Amino acid sequence: MNTFSKGGVHPHDNKLTAGIAISTAGLPDVAVIPLSQHIGAPAKAIVAKGDHVKVGQKIAEAGGFVSAVIHAPVSGIVSKIDTVVDASGYARPAIYIQRDGDEWESSIDRSDSLVTLDQHPDLTAETIREAIREAGIVGMGGACFPTHVKLSPPPGCIPEQVIINAVECEPYLTADHRLLLEHPDEVLTGVGLLMKAAGVQKGFIAIENNKPDAILLMQEKAAAYDGITVVPLKVKYPQGGEKQLIEAVTGRQVPPPPALPVNVGAIIQNVGTAYAVYEAVMKHKPLIERVVTVTGKHLSRPANLRARIGTPMSQLIEECGGWPEDTGKLIGGGPMMGKALHHADVPVCKGSSGILLMSEEESHRSTPSPCIRCAKCVAACPMGLEPYLLAKAAERDIWNLLEEHHVTSCIECGSCQFTCPSYRPLLDVIRVAKATVTGIQRARASAQQNK
Amino acid sequence: MDTILIAVIVLGVIGFTLSLVLYGVSRKFFVKEDPRIAQVADALPGANCGGCGYPGCSGLAAACVKAADEGSLEGLLCPVGGQDTMTQIAAVLGMESCAMSAKRVAVVCCEGSCAQRPDKRIYEGAQSCRTAHMAGMGATDCAYGCLGCGDCASHCQFGGVTMNPETGLPEFNEQICTACGSCVKACPRGLISLVPVDSRGHAVVVKCKNKDKGVTARNVCEVSCIGCKLCEKACESDAVRVEENVAVIDGNKCTQCHKCIEKCPRGCIVSVDMLQRAKSCKCGN
Repeated sequence: MNTFSKGGVHPHDNKLTAGIAISTAGLPDVAVIPLSQHIGAPAKAIVAKGDHVKVGQKIAEAGGFVSAVIHAPVSGIVSKIDTVVDASGYARPAIYIQRDGDEWESSIDRSDSLVTLDQHPDLTAETIREAIREAGIVGMGGACFPTHVKLSPPPGCIPEQVIINAVECEPYLTADHRLLLEHPDEVLTGVGLLMKAAGVQKGFIAIENNKPDAILLMQEKAAAYDGITVVPLKVKYPQGGEKQLIEAVTGRQVPPPPALPVNVGAIIQNVGTAYAVYEAVMKHKPLIERVVTVTGKHLSRPANLRARIGTPMSQLIEECGGWPEDTGKLIGGGPMMGKALHHADVPVCKGSSGILLMSEEESHRSTPSPCIRCAKCVAACPMGLEPYLLAKAAERDIWNLLEEHHVTSCIECGSCQFTCPSYRPLLDVIRVAKATVTGIQRARASAQQNK
Repeated sequence: MDTILIAVIVLGVIGFTLSLVLYGVSRKFFVKEDPRIAQVADALPGANCGGCGYPGCSGLAAACVKAADEGSLEGLLCPVGGQDTMTQIAAVLGMESCAMSAKRVAVVCCEGSCAQRPDKRIYEGAQSCRTAHMAGMGATDCAYGCLGCGDCASHCQFGGVTMNPETGLPEFNEQICTACGSCVKACPRGLISLVPVDSRGHAVVVKCKNKDKGVTARNVCEVSCIGCKLCEKACESDAVRVEENVAVIDGNKCTQCHKCIEKCPRGCIVSVDMLQRAKSCKCGN
């Protein structure tokens, strides 16, 4: 069984909700839809205060090529266009919709019937890409990169395979696992659509072997679909990282930035994305809801909830039995790469894969002590970097050394910090260094262009 | 005896040949450097702080010599040495010393102390403002205010900035501040400005950079600018402007009439007395 070659760690997986079926969350009274739910330019609102919108109606236009459109997740009146403190911890522009009932756009097919690729032989790569763009689909694993952009590789790069990321290596999260178990045919049809859009013949679904039920089910179902293979992988964090997954599945390594996964012929998409692509193309349903794992050791009823975009996280927590008394930290996403949230009214976005409540006891960091040069972080880094060195250089602003040591290759997985016996905040400072060095490189490139 | 003689002769010949080679090479690759650069560099403080905008003191020295050849030292200033150093440099270069711009000192534009802007959450990451800024708005609800981790203090190589544990804000010692700008670059929220002071050492500054709308700004901090524009209307010399919900004072236009200070309902416009500042506590205690 395969996995990636360098580094990696084994956090306790704590998949409390793996056996709990997806249920539908209640509709929010006021949906707050941030305009920046994706990487790239923020979307531009095309509705005004007082407008009535239906579920699935477009409310914001893409703000550039790397951007995504946004649709109304509930029907109602646009009450204001203001700002909301989102997962980034800063106030960003958002559209507020006061809900009245649940009136859908008539073009959306809300039935459960499966529509297969054979029923639509007329679909071309172009029409699929266009449908994906129109549905506002972004990578739903958390990075939120617009899917239509990923499917339009830069000139000179020829995609060879689509790899579906069903690894879900992040502890606690089970949203992708449940989607595989409950909607295998929809996901497989979605994979078929993605393969067609990318113009490739090979599709892989990569699943870690801590989900044997999903592996068995998908292997059984995938036999009926041309070119799709299920690849079981050894459990290791961060296998869900694009570059790690490509190595685990194909044995190829992606060169350092600016090279993209497509430079080695691979296009990676998340399970949730494949499912959303199926719904967008076959059912004309834009991305207005997603599966969110709401979990935590002290939560009375952890669950996998299908929630509309814009639902405040506090409402989902209430549905799962309310706040445990000793909650110390609220995390958007998983415990490894997720972000501590500033408050519970952060709305669910396209990339919100989970909500994790940590108890007071679990949530505090230990006091850092000096680096003892044990190089555990070097052994754990899946990108082959030297985190202790990068962190030291970052504390001293030695940007040229950081650039030489490929700080921009860091995938911010946190394995170094997880493994550090001195509890040093390695990733905290490396992240700042990565942003600074990227800024320096951009400035240099634009200066060169202007010459 | 013979052995010693042979050794001396052989070594002598080798030494002589190599010295010829060295002489030839040093003539061929001789780099002509203006001796004045070294003289000017000697006059500079040697802190290599970069506050002048050149890479270290030798960079500024080279720039001074070049500027002297072109006829004027205008625009060049060592913020650490100030007027005295520039006069000395002018003398070295045989120039007339030119008038320098007004003395500037660093001021942090946030007065939200622990009491006026209470913590709402705990930040446990790396104790650096840059990382705290990246993680979100910080421990308080103000996304524009001081994070209190002391990047300005750790970046000041003159020891002119100290963190006050009571207020959680940095305090600048104007006697030490050379306006080199290291703290300005270090602050991820751009809260530190180099403010020109008048001859008595006074400057009027808006001690807030909160761009939130009035209501939000009022709720997050007791001394926040709410963008009410009373100061803009009160100013007779057109020095105050409210841009993006926050007042900004142009120190070069300000006549120090203090009308804006009297009008400000939030008390976030203050006259900073650079000579007295160390004595006054921000909490009013």
